[in-house]
Amino acid sequence: MADPIRAVAAESLAGRAAPRPADPAASRRPRAGRLLAAVPVLTLVLFLAPIAVGLFGTWIPAFGYLPALGGTEAGLGPWRTLFESPSLPGAVQLTLLTGFLSTALALILSLGLCAAWHGSRMMAAARRALAPLLAVPHAALAIGLMFLLSGSGWLARGVAAGSGVLGMPVWERPPVFGMVQDPWGLALTFGLMLKETPFLMLMIVAASGQVRIERTLAVARTAGYGPVTAWVKTVLPQIYPQIRLPVYAVLAYSLSVVDMALILGPSTPPPLAPLVLRWFNDPDLTMRFVAAAGACLQLLIVAAGIAIWYGAERLIARVARPWLSGGHRGGSGRVARAATGGGMALALLAAAVSLAALAVWSLAYRWRYPDLVPSAWTLGTWDRNLPALAWPAWTTLGVGAAATAIALVLTIACLEYEQRAGVRPTTRALWLLYTPLLVPQIGFLFGMQVLLVVLRLDGTWPALVWSHLLFVLPYVFLALAEPWRALDERYVRTAACLGAPPWRVFWRITLPMLLRPVLIAAAIGFAVSVAQYLPTLFAGAGRLTTLTTEAVGLAGGADRRVIAVYAFAQMSLPLIGFAVALAVPALLFRHRRGMRA
Amino acid sequence: MTTGDLVLDRVELRLGTRTLVGPLTLTVPPSRIVTVMGPSGSGKSSLLAFLCGTLDPAFAASGRVRLAGRDVTALPPERRGVGILFQDDLLFPHLSVAENLAFALPSAVRGRVARRAAVEAALTEAGLAGFADRDPATLSGGQRARVAVMRTLLADPRALLLDEPFSKLDGPLRARFRRFVFDHARRRGLPTLLVTHDPDDAAATDGPIVALQAAEHADGPPAGSGGAPPDDDGHSLSRFPQL
Repeated sequence: MADPIRAVAAESLAGRAAPRPADPAASRRPRAGRLLAAVPVLTLVLFLAPIAVGLFGTWIPAFGYLPALGGTEAGLGPWRTLFESPSLPGAVQLTLLTGFLSTALALILSLGLCAAWHGSRMMAAARRALAPLLAVPHAALAIGLMFLLSGSGWLARGVAAGSGVLGMPVWERPPVFGMVQDPWGLALTFGLMLKETPFLMLMIVAASGQVRIERTLAVARTAGYGPVTAWVKTVLPQIYPQIRLPVYAVLAYSLSVVDMALILGPSTPPPLAPLVLRWFNDPDLTMRFVAAAGACLQLLIVAAGIAIWYGAERLIARVARPWLSGGHRGGSGRVARAATGGGMALALLAAAVSLAALAVWSLAYRWRYPDLVPSAWTLGTWDRNLPALAWPAWTTLGVGAAATAIALVLTIACLEYEQRAGVRPTTRALWLLYTPLLVPQIGFLFGMQVLLVVLRLDGTWPALVWSHLLFVLPYVFLALAEPWRALDERYVRTAACLGAPPWRVFWRITLPMLLRPVLIAAAIGFAVSVAQYLPTLFAGAGRLTTLTTEAVGLAGGADRRVIAVYAFAQMSLPLIGFAVALAVPALLFRHRRGMRA
Repeated sequence: MTTGDLVLDRVELRLGTRTLVGPLTLTVPPSRIVTVMGPSGSGKSSLLAFLCGTLDPAFAASGRVRLAGRDVTALPPERRGVGILFQDDLLFPHLSVAENLAFALPSAVRGRVARRAAVEAALTEAGLAGFADRDPATLSGGQRARVAVMRTLLADPRALLLDEPFSKLDGPLRARFRRFVFDHARRRGLPTLLVTHDPDDAAATDGPIVALQAAEHADGPPAGSGGAPPDDDGHSLSRFPQL
């Protein structure tokens, strides 16, 4: 990805192509083997081709052409039906509201935290507390939130119990309305914000590492600026360009999310993406054309959303310019610290309680409203559901492991090639890398399914692994690229000068020294795979199901205990992955002080 | 292992259109230490990288490198027999002291016992007997530096390159370590090229000195570039006696 790009782009497009050595014999070019040089291109094809084909295969039916479904006349019919649909205006409105609001809130919260708490111990603690949240699949978090916020959820029980103690009982019976699936999509917005804040924080912290942030801040502080104002005026303008793509990815995701919207969002109408999915699943096959048009509209909305966001960035930059040099020093930052700290504490509390609710519900036997905890506990729900849960669990594990392994091999090969050939990624390369994260899934998965049917691959393991790979690969690459490039190149040179051929240097020096980031990247990739809902739905074609599709499918049902079992299992797999990724290097290198993070 | 001259034959390094080094021609005989001096940015480290075959592909290089009569210019670093020491010890942090040394030991030394013995002997030679199973991170700076030297020598190089290896050490430790390195290099009859900007280091070698100019200097053309035909004998040879 950034690398395939590198191979293609660095040499032909915008990269700083290495000048040809005057004397070919004096060059070390041949060090990057021909096989290795092919990997970036292969990676690029593997992961951009399905998206391109998928987009094509979605746009064509959107104009009425798909012979397999009887569409042979091209025209604007599907679009007309789409725009006549009574659900559409509400769905689009909801999509825009939840997408923009959740992204803005997540960005403000994460920027605010980094600005207000920079360098403090609280900041380190917040990062540690937020990290596991990154690993939790969207669906599991959404189901947990549902258990917390619904009419008979923990919050209502808490209010009932609390008010009972105070002698002013309210909600002795569950309130009719819950705080989930509200018509304004606020529960969905909250869930999205909760899930995306840790990601953005991680990105901000990573970007800060590339700027001389401490010195910048020291200059501003000694000039009399308050801590928060100093950060906002001097650090933010430097790091924003580096977090821009992640922010767009979050916006694109929030504008087109399906699994969380099915669980936390309203259903009459739902946001656009789940509405389009409903049309794709309509027994009336002609609705597929309308769905395809809707998928295309979704893509346009995301593109327009990103364009609007970009415009807002420019506007804010222009408006804030005089303020930057206006000399206002700002205050002590106590208010900002209290606000962001409080917001983060509340968010963490909500997330923690939601996830705990999964565990409690999966073990509950009798839990009457308004009891705070079950009055009787049982392992029976687990017992009864384990046989049915086993197969989707193995599929989840298998697909996740396969996609992660392939992504890891491709990423490492790309990074090795980059290191040996001495090429560096370009901005263009980074955009290509982010493609699968910027294009809404629903916008191309239908077309990709058509491709898979043509290849007779739909509903097979390779198809499922491939579809997950599209999303696993970018994250694995993003997670591994920086540590890989940061490895002191002189270790590699030293090893080579000690007589070790490249493969030996790789296996004995590079890989062991980078074992920790490699395993972390693998854990991230695995977590991404486990969380995939829509790709599993489309590529699995109903024949292959994972814990995620099962959990989301069950979430609409009545038995909270069963839902909790599936959601808990779904959440556990990636957490186990992270635990292993942290434990293995710690154990292997327990006697090597130089290997500690 | 037979030793022989390390010969640089009209070596020239360029970055884009700028000539960084050379053309440089010099011969380092066995057991002799030649010092290359120059300000930072003059391409000293790039010259060493070129000699051991790890030059960044962004550079363009020409000229030949011969070692003990063999042209090694086109060989990959692991087959050149050129050992290098950097200013950091670069001990592999995931390996023990003994494993670091054994990594360098040629595979021709067969058998666990023989390899272990070679490692122990090297440690004893460096005054570090009993350190075999230590974590390199628990050693002092001077101890680590000596392990790094022994590691380089265990790979049985035919020439030694020193990339400011003393600059991180201070005072008496620095002089002692410098003698340690030079003694070992001479005892093994290695032609040695030292890169430094410390005149004390250069003086301690008892050998000739090559001065590189700063190629990035804004005023005045960089060495070897521009219209003037390059000096056939190489660089600024002010203090460089013909060897």
